[in-house]
Amino acid sequence: MAVVEERPIGFGRLKRKEDERFIRGKGNYLDDIELPGMVHGAVLRSPYAHAKIVSIDTSRALAHPNVAAVVTAKDLETLGLAWMPTISYDTQAVLAGDKVRFQGQEVAFVIATDEYSANDALELIDVEYEPLPVVVNARKALDPDAPLIRDDKADQVDNTASPTWEAGDESTTDKAFAEADTVVSRDIIYPRCHPAPLETCGIIADFNPETGQLDIYNGNQAPHAHRTVYAHVAGLAEHMIRIKTGDIGGGFGNKVPVYPGYVCAIAGSIVAGVPVKWVENRSENLMSTGFARDYVMHAEMCSKDGKIAGLRVDVIADHGAFDSTAQPTKFPAGFFHIVCGSYDLDAAHVKVKAVYSNKAPGGVAYRCSFRVTEAVYLVERMVDALAMEMKVDPIDLRMRSFIAPEQFPYETTTGWTYDSGNYAETMRVAMDMAGYEDLRREQAEKRARGGLMGIGVSFFTEGVGAGPRKHMDILGLAMNDGADLRVHPSGKATVSISAQTQGQGHQTTFAQIVAEELGIPPEDVDVRYGDTDQTPYGLGTYGSRSTPVSGGAVAVVSRKVRDKARMIAATMLETSPDDLTWEKGRWYVKGDPEKGAMIEEIAKRAYSGEPMPEGLEGGLDGQTIYDPPNLTYPYGAYIAVVDIDPDTAEVRVRRFIAVDDCGVRINPMVVDGQIHGGLAEGIGIALMEVLTFDDEGNCLNSSFMDYLIPTALETPDFELGQTVTPCPHHPLGAKGVGESPNVGSPPAIVNAVIDALHETHGVDHLDMPCTPARVWAAMQGRPEPPQ
Amino acid sequence: MQTPAPFDYERATSLDGALATLDRLGSDARVIAGGHSLLPMMKLRLAKPAALVDINELHELEYIREQAGQIRIGALTRHVDLQKSDLLARHFPLFRDAENVIADPPVRNRGTIGGSLCQADAAEDLSAVCSAAKAQVVIQATGGARVVDMADFHVGPYTTAVAAGEILAEIRLPLRPGGGSAHEKVERRAGDWAIAAASAVLWMDGGRISEAGIALSSVGLTTIHLSRAEGLLRGKEAAPELFAEAGEVASADCSPMPDGRGAVDYKRHLAGVLTMRALSRAAARAIDQEA
Amino acid sequence: MNVSMTVNGEQVSRDIEPRQLLVHFIRETLGLKGTHWGCDTSNCGACVVLMDGKPVKSCTVLAAMCEGHEIRTVESLEMNGRLDPIQQGFHEKHGLQCGFCTPGMLMTGRALLDENPDPSEQEIRTAISGAICRCTGYKNIVAAVRWAAENSETARSADRSPIGRAPEHDYGQEV
Repeated sequence: MAVVEERPIGFGRLKRKEDERFIRGKGNYLDDIELPGMVHGAVLRSPYAHAKIVSIDTSRALAHPNVAAVVTAKDLETLGLAWMPTISYDTQAVLAGDKVRFQGQEVAFVIATDEYSANDALELIDVEYEPLPVVVNARKALDPDAPLIRDDKADQVDNTASPTWEAGDESTTDKAFAEADTVVSRDIIYPRCHPAPLETCGIIADFNPETGQLDIYNGNQAPHAHRTVYAHVAGLAEHMIRIKTGDIGGGFGNKVPVYPGYVCAIAGSIVAGVPVKWVENRSENLMSTGFARDYVMHAEMCSKDGKIAGLRVDVIADHGAFDSTAQPTKFPAGFFHIVCGSYDLDAAHVKVKAVYSNKAPGGVAYRCSFRVTEAVYLVERMVDALAMEMKVDPIDLRMRSFIAPEQFPYETTTGWTYDSGNYAETMRVAMDMAGYEDLRREQAEKRARGGLMGIGVSFFTEGVGAGPRKHMDILGLAMNDGADLRVHPSGKATVSISAQTQGQGHQTTFAQIVAEELGIPPEDVDVRYGDTDQTPYGLGTYGSRSTPVSGGAVAVVSRKVRDKARMIAATMLETSPDDLTWEKGRWYVKGDPEKGAMIEEIAKRAYSGEPMPEGLEGGLDGQTIYDPPNLTYPYGAYIAVVDIDPDTAEVRVRRFIAVDDCGVRINPMVVDGQIHGGLAEGIGIALMEVLTFDDEGNCLNSSFMDYLIPTALETPDFELGQTVTPCPHHPLGAKGVGESPNVGSPPAIVNAVIDALHETHGVDHLDMPCTPARVWAAMQGRPEPPQ
Repeated sequence: MQTPAPFDYERATSLDGALATLDRLGSDARVIAGGHSLLPMMKLRLAKPAALVDINELHELEYIREQAGQIRIGALTRHVDLQKSDLLARHFPLFRDAENVIADPPVRNRGTIGGSLCQADAAEDLSAVCSAAKAQVVIQATGGARVVDMADFHVGPYTTAVAAGEILAEIRLPLRPGGGSAHEKVERRAGDWAIAAASAVLWMDGGRISEAGIALSSVGLTTIHLSRAEGLLRGKEAAPELFAEAGEVASADCSPMPDGRGAVDYKRHLAGVLTMRALSRAAARAIDQEA
Repeated sequence: MNVSMTVNGEQVSRDIEPRQLLVHFIRETLGLKGTHWGCDTSNCGACVVLMDGKPVKSCTVLAAMCEGHEIRTVESLEMNGRLDPIQQGFHEKHGLQCGFCTPGMLMTGRALLDENPDPSEQEIRTAISGAICRCTGYKNIVAAVRWAAENSETARSADRSPIGRAPEHDYGQEV
């Protein structure tokens, strides 16, 4: 690799260590792996959204010369695997037995010698269905005549998936609204969309009948948690399960759940004693894996004396046919109640109710920070609606209503404690970068000539880095993460973490943390991850928790090692540890800088036979499980500039200015890259990505021909800025950031579209996606909610 | 990944050989060129031909040349070559307009004009382009060739005048003085099918329109040939009001279906707007040519 | 049936089923895993390789169609241990994150520079518009291609003659 002139030791724009294998085409993704004797699985899926299964005839498939087995629910029942528990304490069918409950639901699993034969065999399985009435609209799921979807559950009387969850205070809020100067209300939908990473989900299950060891290869954002789940679901010994994630071609929350295909592959391998590979195709990915959002919201916001004063939100959450959303146990609606956003609000009342529908299960995915995307979209749309009603500039209203710097740490009325923030400063940086006043002038000029140009703002605060063990667990597993650090006799190091990269650059950034704390160059720090046998227990990477939790763990363990190094150095230098001071890589005597010991000298000493300090064992390593004291609260000011063709209603994002504050930045290059990617996703969500269904429950966007993802021609040259307001409780002062761009950008774009159309066409709300057809309908005065 | 069902395969080494193979294999054999319409359908198992006759090596069918007062295009000519052709850009700039927004660059390296026309999807841009350009096509059979007007080529959805055992061999465009053309398309995202698209070719004499060809993509079960709008323009002076009127005829004379790309009223509206825009640009280009 | 073609400068000949797609021929038959796949409908571009120097979606080409043709995959970019400028550009400019779209983007970028050594930002964006990236938002990919344009040796990749041999690769047994 080319030599870098300026190579930071520690934080800074270090080029990535992991790039080499990817640019050479030597990545190790799931479908690249071949094991001796490996066979291939394929899933037969239901064409119906809701139907009784009358019969399944697998005889023709079994007669295919290359087919080894065809598994149905009946076979799984004998293993106790026909149903599995979900992360939300519900159950989900692994293979449908009594009936199918969404189009694309798993009905049978074929195992064949190769992928082409497995696909052929799917056409040879004959299933007789008896269609049932379908409900795909969350607003209709609780109608008295709606079909009962979960008749498999004894106490289920309707399609309620999870009872109403509340936060805030109703009477305080009612009072605020009663006394308000201005009140606005909106029905706002965050449509169903999909994280659609470029690599689909898949698994290789390799059970060794002689040893009882189950090796699993799986692109998986939470390998340790999966292991625990498999042990529970399949009655296997947890310590005999090893999960190895290699390289993952994107996660974005899509690779968090345990999917039926995984369980089928595991069951197949246990029964057959050979490795079973299953990799889904793209339409399976879009139709059956964890979707995102699908929140139907009604909100009211009010102002008093020119400031935002109160917020009421009522949500119907569509969870699909099984409740498999992922969030900490005590937060069944995730972190949606962070919906007061960046504003100093005493009065808020939030209610969220979840329903079942005849659609795929999921809801928490796609960089959502556990529903913060929905919350921020809601509040930032409502602030604009309120500003519109008050006839004030949307930035002015925000500035007047922000939580002030001196109010931090700030306790929100819905139970969060924001750690640090200087919102107005970040907003001003964004305004300067955008040239806000000039943009407003240009908009007025264009409008006078019949042009349509919009400027949209969003200022988000989100909470990431779950989380403190006393509040946050998933399936009873505390959301803590560990780090093991070993400095070798050579002075080089290995750090093992439970975070799981899917492209976020962990091999570089975690090495940088060790480098920052210990002065060992990043190229001499190897980051181990993705193998449950080689890494400490932790809950993985999603919800932007890598830096807040695993990053905290690595900092803490590095400091433990540094402290031990101090003791050893004191013995080496024959002085007291209190007389030593640290500069990166070296302990030396205060006032006598020549007299010191470098970290590699200390390491060599630690492993040698020379005396160790009293009470200390040999070696130079450390171990920690980090329990974060709180979430971290990154924030940002985003400004979108759009142009709309007045005749065709095509929307173009001309500029996007994003100023993020995620505290201390370990690698600004990596942070910027994460922001770019999330902004592109936000453009996709705002303008073109949606999963729609017809009345029969047919999914109309089950391929990349109709589930549209932005290309390089729809994304502008993003303009990034930053402010740095450290996190007071994080060992490095850092906050998470990976999801911020997806959280903050959709409302900025939608606000821009409405800003373009409000004065000339009277548009005061429009649901995503803002496709040309939907924008045009709004311009005609006929905006429609999405299906 | 989804994979096709099994099929037999033969690679043609000559056009006569391809025709003979088709005759031998019968109606359950399909010709395949670029394959970017057929292979995706086969992977989704919506199409299961028993045999494929691969004509990709019939390089004698890849050409764009001026001959006998026409531009003649071999059916195997790839989209990328249509896009790059200066000969075509000079006489029929609507080809480059269309190719710039047909699919994406790697697909354009494989897909062919013959394949696009024979796929006969109403959303095919080149079908509207050739219809507006008053093209003729040459259809080869073992017994000989016949020439068919574009107006008679698209018979119904996904159905053309090419019969079993025949292969589309050539597309012919009339070269007349005073021509200008344009293709206008609106799509949800780069590479997508058109929500609606309009192709317009005008032949002008001074400011007067002597002949017009207008066709629409994606707003009917097949390519919409706007003969009524053409009649409206013939013999008249080019003017914005005239083009606006033609746009109204376009809106009325198309039959869009509602789908994920748009509702009926929006598509009708687009048909009108894009027809107007295509005509304006075509007229401007025609005048530029004369100047 | 049998098919013979040149892959990364090496003549290969294999027995295949007619229906085998080029992407599977490359990945499964030849064991070259650098070329990926990400969809069913020829949209995502993860499978882009060069066929006679031009980017094509290998999921929508039959291996049988490649008889006598020249295929280049990402593994052919490095030569004698030296990275191609396009590869170096992606590293310099952080043009990749998860790496899954990267081979397709690299081959597309390589072909673009072979034809147009000084592309504008818009030309780059158009060239890669047939490939989807979920991670980078494309900005750094554009910067990476520009870096390669500005830092290439005077000889373009296509002018290296003979066609460079990729590093030793065991293409597996002829079946």
